[in-house]
Amino acid sequence: MQLMWGLRVGVLWLLTASALAAVLPEDRLDVLRHAYDGGGMDIKGPSVLVRKSFADKVSVRANYYVDKVSAASIDVVTSASPYSEERTEKSVGIDYLAGKAIYSLSYGNSEESDFEANSVHFDMSQDFFGDLTTLSLGYSKGWDEVFRTGDNSFAEEADRQHFRIGLSQVLTKNLIGSIGHELITDEGYLNNPYRSVRYLTSPNSYSFEPERYPNTRTSDATALRLSYYLPWRAGLHGEYRIYSDSWGVDANSWQLQLIQPIGQSWTVETRYRSYQQGDADFYADLFPFQNAQNFLARDKELSEFSSTVIGLGVGFQFSKPNWNTISKAGLHLWVDRFNFDYDNFRDIRVQTTPGTEPLYSFDATVTRLLFTLWY
Amino acid sequence: MRQTALISLLIAAALSSGCSSVQPWLKPYERARLADPVMNPAANPASDNYMHHVHQAREAMRGAEGSAGGGCGCN
Repeated sequence: MQLMWGLRVGVLWLLTASALAAVLPEDRLDVLRHAYDGGGMDIKGPSVLVRKSFADKVSVRANYYVDKVSAASIDVVTSASPYSEERTEKSVGIDYLAGKAIYSLSYGNSEESDFEANSVHFDMSQDFFGDLTTLSLGYSKGWDEVFRTGDNSFAEEADRQHFRIGLSQVLTKNLIGSIGHELITDEGYLNNPYRSVRYLTSPNSYSFEPERYPNTRTSDATALRLSYYLPWRAGLHGEYRIYSDSWGVDANSWQLQLIQPIGQSWTVETRYRSYQQGDADFYADLFPFQNAQNFLARDKELSEFSSTVIGLGVGFQFSKPNWNTISKAGLHLWVDRFNFDYDNFRDIRVQTTPGTEPLYSFDATVTRLLFTLWY
Repeated sequence: MRQTALISLLIAAALSSGCSSVQPWLKPYERARLADPVMNPAANPASDNYMHHVHQAREAMRGAEGSAGGGCGCN
């Protein structure tokens, strides 16, 4: 079954160091084990990233990522049967350093049994004003193919474009700020081919019909970030992000993160994130009758809801004098606890008068274990 | 219209008067703290990127994820 949440195709690793002078990313090998458990979804798998630079001018990278999914979410148990599937994502990229500028090009492919996505990404960043300011620009283009299991005649497409601009500025010896904006525009088949909406057939009963989305969607997101060096050697990072789209969804989030080293080898990280969103114009938990309007959605990701995350991480780095080509190694463990509270998506596993079921909520735990070699 | 003209005038005045004399206010040796790893919240791209992905999949909000995010080319 198609994983609408699993469509990440290509990624950018370029701008990590852009707050300071233009430098290529570090040579490193990352092996990540990730796990998501909550709301009836159990998703886990590895991600392997390798990056190598040449002549201090060029850096290449490759990433291999897998999601193994066991799904029994509320959508699945109320309108289908629990299922298992696998998604595989591969991407490659190259960065080129030219003076105070870095140019990056990457390609990504994501495959699952009923979905395939390909994308290309181009980014550039330029330092100026004594290397205190960095301007970055980016563009991505993606092509999706959507299929439906058990229906060989079903095949749809969607195209996506991303436009990005960002500016980071060193403000003081202890403070860096940045602002970033991204416009995304989609065109094509944007539905989930399996999902349904429900509508009243009488005051005490309801039925289902397929959801229907517009064929275009355009969104704007802007993020403001500040990083502050605390007096006792620790980093405090704040982020505020605001969003709106042509489907009528408005959203915002804020996050605080503290990175605290302990001694020479250990690091502790904590974060708190809060997110709120309004619903799409064509969303309803229960429509009054069949074909009540042109567009119909009952996807809880388009409903009105809020969520919070509390995260804790511990890291350890070590090295040995007799390691020749390896400079150091590191081990990191993060655990994040999510909570989702929906304001107009009801838990229809409870049998009662339609429209009076309890509002849905769930918790989830995300675990990441990362092993890194720097060379 | 009048408001736009006023804002344009103010920006033009600021650019013509003061900005030409603004110099970079930190020397390279004054940026040691900013180069400390604690100042990089996106130090582990494979892990950070996965976390962006977890958020994107459950929220309508998308885009401007930051250093390890960006070109998703997807829903």
